[in-house]
Amino acid sequence: MSAPARPESIAALDRLLEALRTRGVVTDEELAARQASTDSASPETGARMVARAWLDPEYRALLLRDGKAAAEAMGVSMAGAPPLGVLEDTPARHHLVVCTLCSCYPRAVLGYPPHWYKSFAYRARAVREPRAVLAEWGTALPDSVDVRVVDSTADYRWMVLPLRPAGTEGWSEDQLTSIVSRDALVGAALPQAPQGAVGG
Amino acid sequence: MSEPDRTPATHDMGGAQRFRCTPVERDEEPPDEFGRRVDALRQLLAQKKLMTVDELRRGIESIPEDEYLALTYYERWLRSITTLMLEKGVVSPEELR
Amino acid sequence: MTPAEGTSAAASDPPGGPAPAAPRFPPGAQVRVRDDWPERRGPCHIRTPHYLRGRVGTVERALGRFPNPEDLAFARPAPERTLYHVLFPQPPLFEEGRRGDDVLVEIFEHWLEPADPAATEKAA
Repeated sequence: MSAPARPESIAALDRLLEALRTRGVVTDEELAARQASTDSASPETGARMVARAWLDPEYRALLLRDGKAAAEAMGVSMAGAPPLGVLEDTPARHHLVVCTLCSCYPRAVLGYPPHWYKSFAYRARAVREPRAVLAEWGTALPDSVDVRVVDSTADYRWMVLPLRPAGTEGWSEDQLTSIVSRDALVGAALPQAPQGAVGG
Repeated sequence: MSEPDRTPATHDMGGAQRFRCTPVERDEEPPDEFGRRVDALRQLLAQKKLMTVDELRRGIESIPEDEYLALTYYERWLRSITTLMLEKGVVSPEELR
Repeated sequence: MTPAEGTSAAASDPPGGPAPAAPRFPPGAQVRVRDDWPERRGPCHIRTPHYLRGRVGTVERALGRFPNPEDLAFARPAPERTLYHVLFPQPPLFEEGRRGDDVLVEIFEHWLEPADPAATEKAA
């Protein structure tokens, strides 16, 4: 639920910022720069890492061994970012990431977490009835697939390496990147090849 | 020793019964300007070693339950950041009135 | 700082002093999450979800050593602790769910104890 901030909250933020500026703690330029760099993080980074891992076995091994190094190999600055762990889906296991305590999320490679990831309902339900949550969102997992919920409680951030869907043979990295949604990168959806797609 | 009280803290939401029947809303709006400013401020204060993310969380977790549930995500952050800056004497209560 | 703030994390420390540098539990070890509720004793900050307290899981691997968030949250000196990925079968946690589903969670060493102390002593 993304209720707008109350006017009194906006006023409270303005007062705090004014006090911090007066004290010389922060400047508007620093804030604007920090906001711009945060705004620029995008789930396309994570999607591209997945696509590259689907195409390049060496990169896949690096991604699974050290997500942070794999992000840096894509040109992402991970200085000061928490370690990035990558969870590999298999035909027999699907991963779903949640943070039941707050909202830990691999922001460096996915950007801001969406509202639903931070919602009380998702935090409460994902760990208890992951199949029901996924089914409500249109992802019905076959009974042959085990679900592993990953509760992101501490110093790592977790991203999912989903299965490459059938029907994407011969696709380029760009084409593959385009079918890896933000939600698929935390296991809340599955990458889908468009109906009738033909490899390029 | 008597049995401990096993009531979870408000923020410790894994499995919480009260949200069992609440659908997870698929809201795709990015954070608004207020949220993005609070987010940037949090990062900047951490970079300047004035607070840690752990202190942010502790501050959020100490918000009384009715307010925790009523405030928006970034309103909880702002509450915690403000409390921390007051606690540490970085700003004074007078400046925030 | 109130006395409760000053003692809450210490109260959740295991007996026997600071944690050793080498991981105490190898991959595959059966561990029990301590059935401790420091949040009921006073202000504190902990990263061990309530639904795992007292539960038995299997160590997947040690993830490294990190400053104890229970201290960082109060701006206290924070000694490093080993963090583990621990796997729990999902159905017993909430008495529902599908056999084979599980939950993987980061838990600090001072929240873990051997699930079968007798077996651990024999092995030692």
